[in-house]
Amino acid sequence: MSAISDLTAYLTDPWASEFMVRSLLALVMVSVVCAVMGSFVVVKGMAFIGDALAHASFGGVAVAFVLGVSIYLGAAVAAILTSLGIVFVSRRAGLRFDTAIGVLFVGAFALGILIVSRQEGYIVDLFSFVFGNVLGVGQDDLLLIAAVGAAVLVLVALFYKELLFTAYDPAMAAASGLPVAAMQYGLLGLIALSIVISLKAVGIVLVVAMLVTPAATAQLLVRRLHLIMVVGAGIGVVSSVVGLYLSYHADVAASAAVVLTATVLFLMTFLFAPRRGIIGSRQPSILTKPEEGYSSPR
Amino acid sequence: MARVDTGQLDTKEEGFRPAIEVSDLWAGYDGQTALEGITLTIEEGCLAGLVGPNGSGKSTLLRVILGLHRHWRGEVRLFGQKADRARRLLGYMPQVELVDWDFPVSVFDVVMMGRYGRLGLLRRPGRRDHEVVWRSLEQVHMTDLAQRQIGELSAGQQRRVLIARTLSQEPRILLLDEPFTGLDAAAQHDLLDLFNEVRAAGKTLLVATHDLSCVAAAFDHAACLNRKIIAFGEPRTIFTEEILNATFQTHLLLVNVEGKTYVSYQ
Repeated sequence: MSAISDLTAYLTDPWASEFMVRSLLALVMVSVVCAVMGSFVVVKGMAFIGDALAHASFGGVAVAFVLGVSIYLGAAVAAILTSLGIVFVSRRAGLRFDTAIGVLFVGAFALGILIVSRQEGYIVDLFSFVFGNVLGVGQDDLLLIAAVGAAVLVLVALFYKELLFTAYDPAMAAASGLPVAAMQYGLLGLIALSIVISLKAVGIVLVVAMLVTPAATAQLLVRRLHLIMVVGAGIGVVSSVVGLYLSYHADVAASAAVVLTATVLFLMTFLFAPRRGIIGSRQPSILTKPEEGYSSPR
Repeated sequence: MARVDTGQLDTKEEGFRPAIEVSDLWAGYDGQTALEGITLTIEEGCLAGLVGPNGSGKSTLLRVILGLHRHWRGEVRLFGQKADRARRLLGYMPQVELVDWDFPVSVFDVVMMGRYGRLGLLRRPGRRDHEVVWRSLEQVHMTDLAQRQIGELSAGQQRRVLIARTLSQEPRILLLDEPFTGLDAAAQHDLLDLFNEVRAAGKTLLVATHDLSCVAAAFDHAACLNRKIIAFGEPRTIFTEEILNATFQTHLLLVNVEGKTYVSYQ
């Protein structure tokens, strides 16, 4: 009996305090939005862009802090300007895409550090955006995460077929008359927004894990983009809940616990996934190739 | 019958109707000329080849016809209409190497993408779109594999998926970029059968390739391209040593053994 009541207490205790409930809500919403956008990041190999936009947003956070305007607004403007700048510079200067990313995001991040270094009294508050402080998420933050997150998900649902086609085969999509450039900029914008709403909960350094890890885990399990989104969102939510329990009971940083939970889930899937895992698969995909040539199944 | 060097067909022939008309077309990249004054007419219901070595402008010509690359001068007409207004008539198959085969989509998803251009923004595929997709899959004998992830297909099957996507666009003209590369002889033969079926359904096909044997075996017409049209006509008429050497230059090796010519493309 006491074992069961211990377990019940273990599971229910954290939710007695309001800030823990707010933390859970924030993490669940953020992990769903990040998994959906992260599916594009993973299948298009955009992890570096995700990381760059997160770091660049720190410059915006610092500027907004000094100007006394909304920190989310500052982060969003910085992330979107950086993503536009990356495309512009790489096109105009003929530089490789990842070079342009490397130059611009560190510049924006350094601007943030420069500003912070002049604001001695407020460093702690600003640095909560670097490492995340989910327990400090307030009612306003929750509302903003819910509103922007819902908008991102609705836009993805509305333009799913265009985003899918553009991501898969931009040349063919353009030949079919789809607005490819608008979709590519739009995709970057939506990724930037999901990063911005995650900053307070998980922080700049760890947000790329929320984008990449659940979607990468899902990609080991399912093989269609919309399924990767759904399964990735599920994995993100499970990681958030488990991570928060760990954080509460072991008294460790929540964002780190959530990310590490997701990492462990990825490694377990990597080892045991039925089709593509190292141990579970009967036919290691590296060793088997589809037979060459075509035999018509008539 | 021989229509060497002109690129223009005699319009008095029976039932002739031009599907693609390219006139004095100039195009290139960053000041580098890729196409110099191309004039070419492909008639309706014709399986036509566009042959030339790498960098001869084959893909550029297809991309200009598709409106993916802006040309400097000249004009493209499709069934008599300006190409800008008639792109719906076109179906396109890009080079296989340009396709991301690891992307998480099924065969069915890829073929459905052929419908997206017609659907327009915010609209979801309806019953008719599904019918067209299944019919296209049937035409290439791929209905059994509709739910497969595209990376799990063989080279010949991958080609068929891309052709099914082209068919699901319900085009009157199909533009195909290097469909034979990487296929073994049996798969190439199957593909030629499929092209004949598509042509029998009244479609026009323009196929960019450097595979001379496939063109010689089954195509109605061929244009030899190397920035300019070197020759245009029936393959057996224009595939002469002189014209092929002018087209492929150092890329081609012609060997004469006991009166037969063997061709090797490098």
